[in-house]
Amino acid sequence: MIQMIRQVGRFALANLAVAGRGSLLLWAIIAQLPHAWSQRREISEQMHIVAIGSLPLVVTTSIFVGAVTAVQGVYQMEAYVPMKFLGTMISKSVFIELGPVLIALVVGSRLCANYAAELGTMKVTEQLDAMSIMAIDPVRYLAMPRFVATVLMFPVLTVFGDAIAIVGGYAVSVATLDVTSSTFIEGLRMFYFHSDVLGGLVKSFIFGGIVALSGIYFGMNTQGGAEGVGTSTMTAVVSSCLSVLVADYVLAIILFQILFQK
Amino acid sequence: MNDVRNTKYEIPAAPDQRVADPSSYRGIVIEGVSKRFGSKQVLEDCDLLISKGETLVIIGRSGEGKSVLLKNIVRLLEPDAGKIWIEGDSVTGLRRNDLMELRKKFGFLFQGAALFDSMTICENVGLMLQEHTNWSEEQVRARACECLAMVGLEGAETKLPSELSGGMKKRAGLARAIVMEPEYILYDEPTTGLDPITGDAINDLIIKLQKTLGVTSIVVTHDMPSAFKIADRIAMLSRGRIVYTGTVDEVRTTGHPMVRQFIEGNAEGPLGAF
Repeated sequence: MIQMIRQVGRFALANLAVAGRGSLLLWAIIAQLPHAWSQRREISEQMHIVAIGSLPLVVTTSIFVGAVTAVQGVYQMEAYVPMKFLGTMISKSVFIELGPVLIALVVGSRLCANYAAELGTMKVTEQLDAMSIMAIDPVRYLAMPRFVATVLMFPVLTVFGDAIAIVGGYAVSVATLDVTSSTFIEGLRMFYFHSDVLGGLVKSFIFGGIVALSGIYFGMNTQGGAEGVGTSTMTAVVSSCLSVLVADYVLAIILFQILFQK
Repeated sequence: MNDVRNTKYEIPAAPDQRVADPSSYRGIVIEGVSKRFGSKQVLEDCDLLISKGETLVIIGRSGEGKSVLLKNIVRLLEPDAGKIWIEGDSVTGLRRNDLMELRKKFGFLFQGAALFDSMTICENVGLMLQEHTNWSEEQVRARACECLAMVGLEGAETKLPSELSGGMKKRAGLARAIVMEPEYILYDEPTTGLDPITGDAINDLIIKLQKTLGVTSIVVTHDMPSAFKIADRIAMLSRGRIVYTGTVDEVRTTGHPMVRQFIEGNAEGPLGAF
């Protein structure tokens, strides 16, 4: 029993230490933001990787998110709720929850693994040390551009993903579920609030920060060789996904129960 | 790495490796530096003086802490105890911005060259100029090409590190180390893993750079022919301390048992085999 308590205690302390060091890294990145203009080339390259590189994933994910929401909506509502609410249900689900969260999980895993593996390899091959010895701060040159690009591009990808998901839901509803086009669009317009979209965008902005910070932190703290890079990549992705889900709950309360309460 | 606490030998430190006033010494003073990783005591109360303009070679067995000592000098690692002065300034007490300024005086050749693999060789060499000067892209490129020519890498400017051989990577790393005309160059095993001819070419480059740029060089190696060729002075690191320093001729003729065992490559002796 005591052994188990010890292990839980060690686990908690280790995670608290990671959270503390992660916060310090976040602060170091924020402190480098005034240099963002001088790093614009690196930031724009990273934006390209985040946005353009993720488009196929976003399109595929979003189409099927919209489609499956439509199918599930019809299955659950058919007997009790008029079909004009199908568009409302899809749009609310996508704007508030599915869009930002699934983009953060799917695209976030791609980016988080990319950052952790790239920076981890640089760490174990002494490239980060080489940069430091050249009086170039790796946080300014590597971490800040990745963080800024991810935070800025996640809301853009989410808007794009939301639109694709709505189109996917519309196409499936009209083509296979006996819902007319006008009924679907009427449902979309009904109960539409800007705050729903805004809430989703705020979420995706914060999720972008979580994804980037996780990948950068575990990448820059990689120990050992190839095995270390593998471990840090896996840890980064797992941490990113779990943190996104926890943050989603906290943000749901803050945004939709406090700030945007109707 | 050997654990100093477990050694059965009493290791006397080499004499004359301290100065009365480190803040007035022109060169590098390492005084009482200790560094531990977990339960491994890598450096313990290590003293060493490096004069301005000399080439000091640090020899010692693999895992004795030679690279750790180099990294402590430029504060890539923080010593647990002791102090390091460079031209009178305490490195251990420097603020971040001052440390960055100090590092501009240094070039560092890593054992694996540590070239940035997403950049071409020219971009690797020119990065420091791009970051720390107001030079135009053409000027940066011209200087990078000049440095690459110095190390015999003309024509390799647009190649990626993955397209280079081990020797070419080391030479590219050397070009990157000298691009800002540093006052100090630290070499971490510059000839390790190279064939004897390429290794000797690297030795010649180190000597050439020493003569043309007048830099202070610290070279970590366990390649004795290389050490004898390039060194003004040789220091031996064992069990966390500098146990011997001397000129090349003194090292060749010394009766110090550790140095003799090392340069003769004997398994029997005070250093042990494993």
